This record gives sequence, structure tokens and C-alpha cells, in this order.
Amino acid sequence: MKIREISQLLDAKLYTGEEMLDREVHNGFSCDLMSDVLAYAENEAVLLTGLVNPQVIRTAEMMDIVCLVFVRGKEPTEAMIKLAEERSIVIMSTDKRMFTSCGILHDAGLKSGDE
Amino acid sequence: MEPMILEYTVSADDFSGAGEASGDVKKTLKSLGFPPEVIRRVSVAMYEAEINMVIHARGGKITVEISPDEIRVCCEDVGPGIPDIDLAMQEGWSTASDKVRGLGFGAGMGLPNIKKYTDYLDIKTVVGQGTTLTMSVAV
Repeated sequence: MKIREISQLLDAKLYTGEEMLDREVHNGFSCDLMSDVLAYAENEAVLLTGLVNPQVIRTAEMMDIVCLVFVRGKEPTEAMIKLAEERSIVIMSTDKRMFTSCGILHDAGLKSGDE
Repeated sequence: MEPMILEYTVSADDFSGAGEASGDVKKTLKSLGFPPEVIRRVSVAMYEAEINMVIHARGGKITVEISPDEIRVCCEDVGPGIPDIDLAMQEGWSTASDKVRGLGFGAGMGLPNIKKYTDYLDIKTVVGQGTTLTMSVAV
């Protein structure tokens, strides 16, 4: 699924990565626990999370996660936006809740890495 | 060929800076052309160790040795040490504070993750003196 499609489906506000909207993500992962992201997320994934701190960006960097979606209307800080820009990671924020967001993306064909 | 040596000091003062060293190693390995899977395994294991140093041990020192056939990472701290390594290796077992958990870590996956992503892991620890963790990933 293209990042552009994720952004449209979730009616999300984009903070970084305007030029990367045509990149593909291969699967989705949703989690607030970064240690679990480091244990289970797959390559080239989109991560949906309600956790907002710089370690979310660093975790994404280590796991080659290309796109981050903050759910429940949470907004990244300036420091996080800068970190993400330097690492070519797309950040967006949606007002939808985690479960709803995952359901919408799954219905649209995005799968989890273990499916 | 002599291995390339990278050295980092990990500061415990700034949680948001944790991961800086691992990110730098990741960039270096990328520029040297190592396979993506090797790079990911090294950077995730080192990042977990870096986080551990910040949340448990007031920081420390990391030395990375890059050879064509192996990446070796040595993390030394003068923190509290690990009283029971078997317990610490169990998934889900953690002594982290609620504050650390609120930041998305301290779920008891750090050491298990490091073990999972590396080919070799050795932990030397003395309670009250510190911990030295040596790990390597074969290329």
C-alpha cells in the first residue's frame, strides 16, 4: 500500500515526507511499546502508535520503518519532526483511534507481518 | 585486515539522545555496504543495549569493531549490575520504573531482543560495580 493511500484513508495530517508519499509499505504494526516493536515489527512497515516521544523515531530508524502514524490526534514535537526528516521517515497524525485506524487499513488490504 | 573501531560515550542525562550511537553505527554499516539484515540486527541489538545503559546504568561506553565477517559490540557500564541474569533474560521480566515504561520501554524485552538478534552474547556483571555486555553478529 502506498503511504499516500494510508494518509487518505485515515484522513491524516502530514508532518514530514511529502516527497515520499508514493513509497510502498509492505505491512502494518500497531503498538505503544517500543520494545515489542523492536521484537516483532517487519521491514518497510507502517507503525501506528499512541506513544509520542523521540524514541519512537529512533525505534523506527532501527527497524527500517518508513512511516509513522500517531493515533487519537496526538501530535509530534518539533524535535521529533526534525529527527524524522533527517532519517527520511514519514510522520502523520490521525484523529481516529488505534483500533479504528488498524481496521480501516486492514480492510483496504494492508496486512500484518504474520498473516 | 584490521577491524574498524568506533567508540561512543552514552550519556544517561538525556533520554531523547539514547539511540544516537546506534543510529551512527547503522549509517556507517550502510555506507560500508553490509547486507540490510545484518545492519538491522546489529543496530536493534545495540539500540536495546544503549537504552538499557541509559535507564539502568547511568550511561557508559560502547566500542564497535567492524570486520568484513563480523560486527562486534562491547557495552561497558558502571551501573548497579544484574543480580540474576537468568531472570533478566526472561521475556517480560523487568525492574524498570513506571517513568521508563511510560516512555515505551522497560517491558522486559531488552536482553531477550539482544539475544534474538545476535549470534553471540556474553554478559559479565558484578552487583554494585557494573555490567559488560559483548555481542556479535556474523556477516
